[in-house]
Amino acid sequence: MSVTEMFSYIQGFLSADQDVREDIRKVVQLLEQTAREILTVLQSVHQPSGFKEIPSKCAKARELFCTVKTHLADLKTKFPVEQYYRFHEHWRFVLQRLAFLSAFVVYLETETLVTREDVAQILGIEVVREKGFHLDIEDYLAGVLIMASELSRLAVNSVTAGDYTRPLRISNFINELDSGFRLLNLKNDPLRKRYDGLKYDVKKIEEVVYDLSIRGLAKEPESGGDK
Amino acid sequence: MNKREGEGCPRKNADALQDRDASATQASPIITVFKVFQQELDTKHDKYERLVKISRDVTIESKRTIFLLHRVTSVADPEEILNEADVKLDAVRQKIGQIAEELRGEDIFQFHRAFTPGIQEYVEAVSFLHYIRHRSLISLEEINARLVFMRTEKVDVKGSAEALPPGAQVLTFQVTPADYLLGVADLTGELMRMCISSVGNGDIDTPFQLSQFLRQIHDGFSYIGNTGPYEVSKKLHTLRQSLGKVEDACYTLRVRGSEIPKHMLADVFSSRTTLIDPEEGVV
Repeated sequence: MSVTEMFSYIQGFLSADQDVREDIRKVVQLLEQTAREILTVLQSVHQPSGFKEIPSKCAKARELFCTVKTHLADLKTKFPVEQYYRFHEHWRFVLQRLAFLSAFVVYLETETLVTREDVAQILGIEVVREKGFHLDIEDYLAGVLIMASELSRLAVNSVTAGDYTRPLRISNFINELDSGFRLLNLKNDPLRKRYDGLKYDVKKIEEVVYDLSIRGLAKEPESGGDK
Repeated sequence: MNKREGEGCPRKNADALQDRDASATQASPIITVFKVFQQELDTKHDKYERLVKISRDVTIESKRTIFLLHRVTSVADPEEILNEADVKLDAVRQKIGQIAEELRGEDIFQFHRAFTPGIQEYVEAVSFLHYIRHRSLISLEEINARLVFMRTEKVDVKGSAEALPPGAQVLTFQVTPADYLLGVADLTGELMRMCISSVGNGDIDTPFQLSQFLRQIHDGFSYIGNTGPYEVSKKLHTLRQSLGKVEDACYTLRVRGSEIPKHMLADVFSSRTTLIDPEEGVV
């Protein structure tokens, strides 16, 4: 095989590769668009009036997740399934956002941590690599961490809206999350950087809880408890 | 642990949180799932690190082979050195076999970053050997054809969980076109060195052959241009420099060759290489 032949073979491979990437990029753009729409819907929970509307907002977001599902199904067809990680960089970011949005919706609905299985189900993808287009564990964890900072905002805003119990619940939740993350041996990678930001979220929520506690504000609404 | 639920006393709240934190370590569902994540991440990172290690070994051995091959210009019996290089590369191939072993059933692109430097170096070494033997460019298929491994009833030291079925097992490793390309780009640096040193040894033909071959490769790379991976365009610059040096050498050979006796040419070039060397860096 001559040098020229060899190079034109490689060139053929490279341009095929670029075509695939181009296709993927187009779908990912649509995904990003939908992700932004969902975020806009969910942002209204930070408004004082939004607290009552949480169920309806979540329902609205869930509807939009159907669009996400279609886009993701489309994305799956753009490349050979066993080469997920070859193109991973293209959708990594948007998938993290989507994991965050799913986690946020689930938290708003049930105040629990979304499982990886649930995120995968909401997005219509797999959990295990062998089964096809899946949610990488690091992307899931990154999504959860984005949610943590969103929750610290929510804690602040719920006080503004007059809800004094929610920050306490958020505080418990975030603390548990923090001790969960402390179990992980993270490498010096993007996830680690994200995790390093978690302590600021914890701190912020603790300040809110402190402010409420010291003024006795946290007490009254919880009098329904065993006291 | 449910005792504390609904506790509203603000003073105790901070304590309660800490207690909860501690008790959570045992039972909370979040902690339980994170334990699973911990294992999963550790397994992945361990595999990655193992691959990096093997890749480093591959790099070192390939580099040594390349150094060995450079000696070819200065000895009487090149065949001996070529065979020795072959033996060395066989050892490298065994290492790559270990990579293939680690990657069995995995998505190779998930770990690609871990071993790509080693593979590029291997491509460089193997294509250098091939060039010295056959004066041609090794093809990607030829490289891949030698990376087929037979594993017969191998009881692994690492004790991999999956029980290998008895009998022979074929394991292949595929060099990606991008890695091949980057390896070939590095090859050009070696060829440039070989050109200069062969002039130093009074070999007049090799430089001309080399410059022709390098030009072909250069044309190939220009054809690919910047459609390739990002690193290719970086290496293209180095390739241009190498080609320039070889072409200059050929020029000098033609011009000065007619007036200087052969044994003195070496001096002309050794002074030239010292001029060239500093900017070369580690290729």
